[in-house]
Amino acid sequence: MTSSELRHTGLNLGGTGEISHEQAETGLFGFWVFLMSDAVIFALLFATYGVMLSATAGGPTPTAEYKIGPAFIETLLLLTSSLTFGMASITMKHDARPRGLFGWLFVTLLLGLAFLGFELHDFATMVGDGAWPMRSGYLSAFFALVPLHGLHVLFGSLWIVVMMVQLAVFGPDARVKLNILRLGLFWHFLDIVWIAIFTIVYLQGLIR
Amino acid sequence: MSERKTGKAGEIRSYLIGYGLALLLTCAAFAAIRWQSFAATTTLAVLFALALAQVIVHFRFFLHIRLSRSSRDDLQLILFSALIVALMVSGTLVILFNLRQRMM
Repeated sequence: MTSSELRHTGLNLGGTGEISHEQAETGLFGFWVFLMSDAVIFALLFATYGVMLSATAGGPTPTAEYKIGPAFIETLLLLTSSLTFGMASITMKHDARPRGLFGWLFVTLLLGLAFLGFELHDFATMVGDGAWPMRSGYLSAFFALVPLHGLHVLFGSLWIVVMMVQLAVFGPDARVKLNILRLGLFWHFLDIVWIAIFTIVYLQGLIR
Repeated sequence: MSERKTGKAGEIRSYLIGYGLALLLTCAAFAAIRWQSFAATTTLAVLFALALAQVIVHFRFFLHIRLSRSSRDDLQLILFSALIVALMVSGTLVILFNLRQRMM
């Protein structure tokens, strides 16, 4: 088991002993399969976006609509929330009391909500400029892709709230911990999708 | 067993290293766009390379996917999904750009 201690540093329950690594891994592997199917959905929406990029129909163009400042702030918020969730996983593994875990989950929730606030503000500005989904093929593709990620973040935030309630009601038992591990995978996965979004959508759109 | 002793501190450090690397790559990507000094295609290539590096950093430090034997199941699933994604995305782009070219 010594070699396995390292393999999923923040994700296994090695320190707690309530669930064996094998059990935890079977449950987590199933969730990986879901995540990868989700990745396929995003990949195809990226492909659609790439195809539609020049179909602006005389309407707003990417260069005019994207702003580098808010995109950078959103990126930092999401990246930092990944770190705080990592801290939550570590606290869960090493600390028997749920208070630290509760705190880190709360910080992650706040960062996620701040991200959503900035993103909604971006969308509102775009729609205010006349860049709404029905304007052109490019904007339809944009509003299919980016808000879908936002929706994932929204559901992730809801999930964090649910886990905080479960933590308060049941305490940190094995089932709750396994659920938090899945939530962690989901949250880190959303950050990876966001890397693709800020690179392919925002930064590529701003190349002159 | 020495890994167990440094457990918590080592894990925190691993997350912090990952965060630092990701932050560095993110800032490099945004800086390359904010102060554009290359041709458009070069900038695009730099962007994609930085994004790929950051995805690998996230998988390694946040999702703990490694090349070691024990985490092979996850890794195989991810590589297989990456293959499917690459086939579908590149296929879509090739076919539809070709179609557009013929229709223009």
